[in-house]
Amino acid sequence: MSCALLLLLMSWALAMRTGAAVEIQRPRGVPLSSEQFYEENKPFTCLDGFSTISFDRVNDDYCDCRDGSDEPGTAACPNGSFHCTNAGFRPAFIPSSRINDGICDCCDTTDEYNSGATCQNTCREMGRKERESLQIMAEITKEGFMLKQQLIHEAKRGQEDKQGKLTELQGSKKDLEEKVEALRTVKETAEDPEKEAKERHLKAWGEQKELIRMEKDKTRMAEAFLELDDDADGYVSVAELQSHLELDPDSDGSLTETETQVRCLPSQENNFYHTSKLQGCSPFGEIRRFESKIGDLHDSCRSNEKVWAGGLWMTTGCMNLEKEIGFDFGPSAEFAYLYSQCYELSTSEYIYRLCPFNRVSQKPKFGGSETNLGLWGQWAGPEDSLYSVMKYDHGQGCWQGPNRSTTVKLTCGKETVVTSTSEPSRCEYLMEFTTPAVCQEPASLDEVLQGHTEL
Amino acid sequence: MANFIERMCLYLVLVLSVFLSIIQAVDRSNFKTCDQSAFCSRQRAMKPGQSSYRALLETLELSDSHLTVQLLNNNNKVLLLLELYRLQGNMTRVKINELKPVKPRYEVPDVLITDPPTELMSVVAQDEHRVVLSLGGEDWRLILSAQPFRLDIMEGPQVLLSLNSRGLLAFEQLRIRKDTKSQTDTKEAGEKEDTEKHDKEKVSEGEEAEEEVDQPGMWEETFKTHADTKPNGPSSISLDFSLPGVEHVYGIPEHADGLRLKNTDGGDPYRLYNLDVFQYELFNPMALYGAVPVLLSHNTHRTMGLFWLNAAETWVDVSSGQGSSEVPQTDVRWISESGIIDVFIMLGPRPNDVFTQYASLTGTQAFPPLSSLAYHQCRWNYNDQEDVSAVDQGFDEHDIPYDFIWLDIEHTDGKRYFTWDNNKFPQPKDMLQGLLDKRRKMVTIVDPHIKVDSSYKIHTEIRSRGYYIKNKDGGDYEGWCWPGNAGYPDFTNPEMRKWWASMFAYGQYEGSMENLYTWNDMNEPSVFNGPEVTMHKDALHGPWEHRDVHNLYGFYVQMATAEGQIQRSGGLERPFVLTRAFFAGSQRYGAVWTGDNAAEWGHLKMSIPMCLSLGLVGISFCGADVGGFFKTPSAELLVRWYQAGAYQPFFRAHAHLDTPRREPWLFGPDNTALIREAVRQRYTLLPYWYLQFYHAQRTGQPVMRPLWVEYPEDIATFSIDDEFLIGRDLLVHPVTDERSSGVTAYLPGNGEVWYDVHTFQRHDGAQNLSIPVTMSSIPVFQRGGSIICRKNRVRRSSSCMENDPYTLYVALDSQGNAEGELYIDDGHTFKHETDKQFIHRRLSFTANSLSSSDLSPDSQFPSASWVEQVNILGAQKPDAVTLTTTDGGESSVEFAFDPDTAVLTLRKPGMNAGVNWTLHLR
Repeated sequence: MSCALLLLLMSWALAMRTGAAVEIQRPRGVPLSSEQFYEENKPFTCLDGFSTISFDRVNDDYCDCRDGSDEPGTAACPNGSFHCTNAGFRPAFIPSSRINDGICDCCDTTDEYNSGATCQNTCREMGRKERESLQIMAEITKEGFMLKQQLIHEAKRGQEDKQGKLTELQGSKKDLEEKVEALRTVKETAEDPEKEAKERHLKAWGEQKELIRMEKDKTRMAEAFLELDDDADGYVSVAELQSHLELDPDSDGSLTETETQVRCLPSQENNFYHTSKLQGCSPFGEIRRFESKIGDLHDSCRSNEKVWAGGLWMTTGCMNLEKEIGFDFGPSAEFAYLYSQCYELSTSEYIYRLCPFNRVSQKPKFGGSETNLGLWGQWAGPEDSLYSVMKYDHGQGCWQGPNRSTTVKLTCGKETVVTSTSEPSRCEYLMEFTTPAVCQEPASLDEVLQGHTEL
Repeated sequence: MANFIERMCLYLVLVLSVFLSIIQAVDRSNFKTCDQSAFCSRQRAMKPGQSSYRALLETLELSDSHLTVQLLNNNNKVLLLLELYRLQGNMTRVKINELKPVKPRYEVPDVLITDPPTELMSVVAQDEHRVVLSLGGEDWRLILSAQPFRLDIMEGPQVLLSLNSRGLLAFEQLRIRKDTKSQTDTKEAGEKEDTEKHDKEKVSEGEEAEEEVDQPGMWEETFKTHADTKPNGPSSISLDFSLPGVEHVYGIPEHADGLRLKNTDGGDPYRLYNLDVFQYELFNPMALYGAVPVLLSHNTHRTMGLFWLNAAETWVDVSSGQGSSEVPQTDVRWISESGIIDVFIMLGPRPNDVFTQYASLTGTQAFPPLSSLAYHQCRWNYNDQEDVSAVDQGFDEHDIPYDFIWLDIEHTDGKRYFTWDNNKFPQPKDMLQGLLDKRRKMVTIVDPHIKVDSSYKIHTEIRSRGYYIKNKDGGDYEGWCWPGNAGYPDFTNPEMRKWWASMFAYGQYEGSMENLYTWNDMNEPSVFNGPEVTMHKDALHGPWEHRDVHNLYGFYVQMATAEGQIQRSGGLERPFVLTRAFFAGSQRYGAVWTGDNAAEWGHLKMSIPMCLSLGLVGISFCGADVGGFFKTPSAELLVRWYQAGAYQPFFRAHAHLDTPRREPWLFGPDNTALIREAVRQRYTLLPYWYLQFYHAQRTGQPVMRPLWVEYPEDIATFSIDDEFLIGRDLLVHPVTDERSSGVTAYLPGNGEVWYDVHTFQRHDGAQNLSIPVTMSSIPVFQRGGSIICRKNRVRRSSSCMENDPYTLYVALDSQGNAEGELYIDDGHTFKHETDKQFIHRRLSFTANSLSSSDLSPDSQFPSASWVEQVNILGAQKPDAVTLTTTDGGESSVEFAFDPDTAVLTLRKPGMNAGVNWTLHLR
């Protein structure tokens, strides 16, 4: 059936009902559904059954019933409510304190019958607008729901893939672990002589260091002399000394690179201009030999590490997969497609970034670092729609305040978009996010319209 | 490495946050103790003893209005001039100034509403030692003793009060700086001669004046990194008062302390110096945001008041103990940094006499718009127009009434007051119109620090007109506050105030409308980088130093703002301005609140004595931030605070920027319902609150009262500050303890009866009543003998209730009588004053008849309100009830009697609230 036809039918139904409503005589503020309790000229029993009063006390601007049911059309009862028919729009109950308070609450103006407020009947206009938006919503829901089915399908396939991959990875991981174990044994065996050699090397090196120090002192003296003997006459004059006020009398004994060069000079001339580490010019062949041995060992370690890294990578891979499979992606995994995606929204000051099941962040548009507004916490919707709200918490701390956190409200939409962000309280963010994954199976348009035009 | 740095940072943050949570309370080192304040320390070092002052009776002159006599300081030979006035209404004024100061000393202007009218003073007896003056009546005397100088006020043989009886009168005369003196000597010989002549006068007695030695801190003083250059040198004053027979003294707000003032021996004196104190501590004599230098003394016979009219930094020592012959006595000593001694002694004798006397000096509480007595919703900050609209909507959705929504500093364009943030509030008028459509209102903050920014009109105008306060060197004073670098307009300048007021015109304050009102914060003034977070004392207000006028600054800011609001409506509409800083007389310009409190049970409790103390010194329109400003209240604390706040004069919820949202519906449906109920109770009682403020404006009686004010002879009431009275007729004992299962309320009055307003249960007076409580309990009692009018049809704002009918609660006393009043006007204009447009009626129940009679026959106001119900508490069942109206009509009225509660309910008598009528019970 075409929409136009539906609308036509609906407006006809409306017109009929409006006509009917005019004819029904019932006390002001009483909904059609309660009409039978208010029988003219018969004693009225309060709806809570607590007391019975004569009918002329219904709507006489004095509260007789505890439950406020005798004054549906006046503001006399503190707990009363007033029914606006709102023909052309949605009927509504308002607290009776809003009757004749000078503010137009019912679009049919019936709440302001004695306040002097001038209200316009806006029901038809509002009804039209609402129907339009319902229509749009219905379309979105319909398309969204179709997309959702697709998402569910993809998620199911994706999940199977991942499960397979995980099993495979878990298998290779086991192999690798065995390999690692074998290599570790090899390594440990090889390392024993290395340790021994190292100890010997260190002892020898201690003796060598002593020699070096003595040598160094001599060299330094000569050097200092040359430097101080400005006129190169072989004598250091007082004047020459005075011109070197920067001279530091303390020798701190530490081996700088320059000092090393000086020490290496006699044995490795070609190294003179080459800055090298102490170890690089060790004069002891034995040490060199051991060094090369150590190098070999290191190489074997490295390959060992590669295996380790492979294992690690695989472990991480396993963990990631396990983690991903472990996520609650909704009853039919319809939210799985959001995993490892990010969605951005730009405001006047910031760029907000939502990476579902991971984190929310904020980055100033004009420079400055990113702020973590919360890490994935859990689904946090009310009981009947748990999957309508996501909670991200433990974000960056606030000065004197809580850690930043973000609540993401999900609404049905054809596209996956962050539509708004706000910070209702300091460091507590609110984000609105549309996704087909929350679209509910659309009720037939009939039902939708039915629900909203009852009189 | 990056990882390491990150971890270190995290660690640092952790350590810091622990550190911060430890130092949540006030950083005391930011504020001076008496020892750190040179003049206080100097003055306090002086111990009681023989006064060095002598009254030179030969110089005594008596005119019709006052007496003058010179006082000589025997040590330095400086002469003072004492002026004594007998003021109308049983008051005495004592003024002491230097006879010939080297330059004028500051005398506080604008606080007194008139030059107080005097009465004839006559000499009763005189000899060389003393003069006895009559203060009227049969046996009221003032005795002036010459050597040592002292004053005693006597009633018959009884000393009511003595001045300088402990010899603590001290007056640091202004002097010429020694290092500049020699220059003056050489350069200006003529002047030198004058000075010498002047000096000679001082030693006219022929004795040599003792050479006065400069003490440290006399010519300059440094606190932390702030230097006070003190170009005028020492100038402090001090005087002691003794109150024989007095054990209870009150007042001198603002302090976060109990109602009854404590002994300050061994601790710091109470300090009066308006300061922006971050996270103030409870039970502490430290200065806070406002200062009213008025102290009340009370015993079973007499209530008296001392008003020390001085706006400089002031310290007050209170010492209670045994006087001579084992009579209790309280000694009070005032110390101020500059200015003169100008004291008003209010002799009572009853509490309401002291209120009347003080009101005759500084005026009464401004009669506020009715809506400002309703509920206010505030938060730092409502973020934008959508936020305002959502909160407004939230109140309607949860059916909780409110009248005002507030915007804190973030609503402005970069803390430039009188502007709006264009992104967040692009259409302020649309927003205000939206509120107006719901008969609601808004308040925006306008602080006195002005951003130094050449593109900001307010700044450029003030600068070009030369209205900024100057620094000691004559340039515009600048300090740091919310906007960064800011100037401070000189509100002591009447021209400046006039200009400021004109900025509130609808055409000047863009986006403003008639339902927009104002909040003046930070007007101590707060200067973030100044000494003690305020202004340098050597800053200049024209010829005067900031030192002289400091405590007046906030008073003037509110004065100018309120004037602006009146002017924008052509003088028609009453203003509403909230201020944080205040002084004596601030009651004339609006409401005050107790500043930046915290969400703690102790702060909830403290809100009672803080507002009671303010009420005693004229400032009735007082409230504390409901929920607590800093920190986050538990749902229980928040509910209890709403319940207490609903029964305090200024009822506003407020919260710090860093705290989570706490609109009333965010704590689950049960708590929402509890808060709704508390707010609704406030709205039903608005006619009663409005009547109390009408009285406050007319008489100066406080709205929120300590029990002793109404029961001055009942010693049991003298120290009570966990319960209070609203007017005379409602006694409130809020629940201020966590997980409380009961409170004990003292019901005063021998032979009186009190009715629980919720259950109508009747209790005898003069007893401690244990009251079991649940989360919904707000223990409130109506005094037997009173009639209270309520409007029980609570709507979404007070304006919506304008034409609603009244329900009368007639609480019979033990003789079966009751009395009350009803006041009605338009709720927002001055027409009650200018055109006598109001209804003021007396309601009286006696001899089984309840009648309404006109208390103001020459006034008129058309009211649509009528009487829908009368509840008579403590009644007996009548046979019939008839209504007689002035037009002679008589009709029968239906009624119901509940024998369990003894409440007689008259159904819909229906008469208009503004006419005469009588209901007869037969």
